[in-house]
Amino acid sequence: MSVTRIQPRRRLSFFEWKEIFEYRDLLYYLSLRDIQVRYKQTSLGVVWVILQPLVPAIIFAVLFGNFARLPSNGQPYLLMVFTGLIPWSLFSNTIGRAGGSLVGNANLLSKIYFPRLIIPLASMGSVVVDGLVGLAVLVVLLALFGVGLGWHMLAAPFFLLAAFLMSFGLTLIVASLNVYHRDFGYAVPFALQAWNYLTPIVYSSSLIPQKWLFLFSLNPTVGLIEGFRWSVLGGVPITSTMFLSMLTGLVGSLLIGMAVFQRIERGFADIV
Amino acid sequence: MSDSSDIAITVRSLGKSYRIGHLETVAAGEASAEGAPRRGIWPWRRAGGRQRLSSETFWALRDVDFDVPRGKVFGVIGRNGAGKSTLLKILSRITEPSTGMAEIRGRVGSLLEVGTGFHPEFSGRENIYLNGTLLGMRRREIDRVFDAIVDFADVHRFIDTPVKRYSSGMYVRLAFAVAAHLEPDILIIDEVLAVGDLQFQKKCLGKMKDVTGQGRTVLFVSHSLSTVNSLCDTCMLLENGGVSQIGPTESITASYFASSEETSGSSLDLRADPPGDSHCRMLGARMVDRSGESLSYANIDWEFGLEMTYELLEPSTGPVVPNFHFFTGGQCAFVTSPSQDPPVSPGLHQSTVWLPARLLNEGTYSVNFAATTMSPQCVHFYVQDQFCFQVIEDLHDVARHGYVHKVPGAVRPQLNWSLQ
Repeated sequence: MSVTRIQPRRRLSFFEWKEIFEYRDLLYYLSLRDIQVRYKQTSLGVVWVILQPLVPAIIFAVLFGNFARLPSNGQPYLLMVFTGLIPWSLFSNTIGRAGGSLVGNANLLSKIYFPRLIIPLASMGSVVVDGLVGLAVLVVLLALFGVGLGWHMLAAPFFLLAAFLMSFGLTLIVASLNVYHRDFGYAVPFALQAWNYLTPIVYSSSLIPQKWLFLFSLNPTVGLIEGFRWSVLGGVPITSTMFLSMLTGLVGSLLIGMAVFQRIERGFADIV
Repeated sequence: MSDSSDIAITVRSLGKSYRIGHLETVAAGEASAEGAPRRGIWPWRRAGGRQRLSSETFWALRDVDFDVPRGKVFGVIGRNGAGKSTLLKILSRITEPSTGMAEIRGRVGSLLEVGTGFHPEFSGRENIYLNGTLLGMRRREIDRVFDAIVDFADVHRFIDTPVKRYSSGMYVRLAFAVAAHLEPDILIIDEVLAVGDLQFQKKCLGKMKDVTGQGRTVLFVSHSLSTVNSLCDTCMLLENGGVSQIGPTESITASYFASSEETSGSSLDLRADPPGDSHCRMLGARMVDRSGESLSYANIDWEFGLEMTYELLEPSTGPVVPNFHFFTGGQCAFVTSPSQDPPVSPGLHQSTVWLPARLLNEGTYSVNFAATTMSPQCVHFYVQDQFCFQVIEDLHDVARHGYVHKVPGAVRPQLNWSLQ
């Protein structure tokens, strides 16, 4: 017989992954809910998911590639932008959507017990689905532009996973703090916007002057984007600085995220 | 302590404190119990203010100890702000205690609200799965009871319609049906019977009885004493965040009434300043049983008396007739006076009117006491709005046929019916 012991938690404990696994069906239905909410009663449905990255990619390709003639390492500019947008959308949409998830599900948190981590995890479901559609579009684009296959493509899932995990860590921080200070709801879109400019999405990092490159590479998302781009399009692999700052950012955000979430989790129901 | 396998829930020195800020408008009682522990994650900083936040610790629950034996229906009663909701939230793991511990042996299903997590865009089918998994069921468990849920809620035709197109009755029925088919060892319930239409309530009550019949443990919180009385074996009275009493439901209900402010009028002592005139004055009144013991409330099946003590000061011109006026719901229900001749000798007298079982309905009655001499008519005193009492009833009453709400009316006689 299962025994549930309820007492104040004193120290940092690990997540009860076993319990979260027990609730995997809930994760499924909550994700399904978020996905349906996004696309139910829209006439175009999945077309929006395709248009969202494609339209800006075309605009940037025309503006920067054709008019400003910025470098694109010999690749079609459209492909370069699109390969940047896929990991970036995964990253920023996760933080954007899941960051408010705890506040948005306050009614559940204050009425029913379930592992709280399910909530931010579930709101990442719709981002993943969007990402998969984006990948399908990418495959079509690659075929259209006649890009050949290569061994480097095997690294693509790794960079996507890295984008997922890094944003998950940040999401935990944002979602937890949002419960206490709604300021984060305003600060996050602003911060993501600035971060967007500092990340080589619509431009290539070959645009950055050599003396600034090291500083530029300290941004963990540079490695994410350039890494994914390399794995899809080939060309010059990312620098070790980019790779290391990406790994540091990933591990750091996950650790801090879990610590913050754990620290604040117990009070959610009293606050929201 | 007895063998721990007989105990479903153990609670030891459980407490929950909140820090409440003085600069916030937190009302006393329930409001502060639900209030935020502090304003921000940085305790030394207050959002948007220069003054320092002086905070105070408020104990919503303190040093609570009790055991719930396996297979029993355990009731928790108490006034608003007594800590009922906090206790429920801790036991259902929504919030963490500040001190102490609780141990729950067996699978817990907690039902603090019917239909939490229902999504309007989802079909009935999808909501059954969403709500079921929220309550801790696995998908294959829901597959197994799916048909039973649909049967119970009686929504066959609409099972693939989004629930936003459901009538509110259908919505509630479906929500309760999911919860009712959760098969926990221990069920924690907060007032969920008060939903749905008559027929459905009947089913819910039946389902609740099923649950307890199968040896499950139920922790039941309610404001409806009638419901607690008919469902719970043992009861706990919470007062100001602490346990005031634990015992058989009947005696706990009695002390609940005895301590209750609204009904403190079920005994009245006027000796300090007796109302009346030079002939006659009233000294007090109380509710009694046949053996003369004071009562604090009455069950609908009890015969009970209302005893008025008064003093005749001098031989009066005529018999002083005691008459009692019964009010409920703002209406005069009836007035009663004795048919025999009242005493005339000077001194203390007691007049008791006996109310038979099954005369009054459940509810609160207020009684005005008067003493009158006829020809010439003279009212010696008329004591208004100082005495009231409660009648409660057992919801298992056969004439209710499962109906769980208050039956309207001032009286509820058991009458004979001919049925063909």
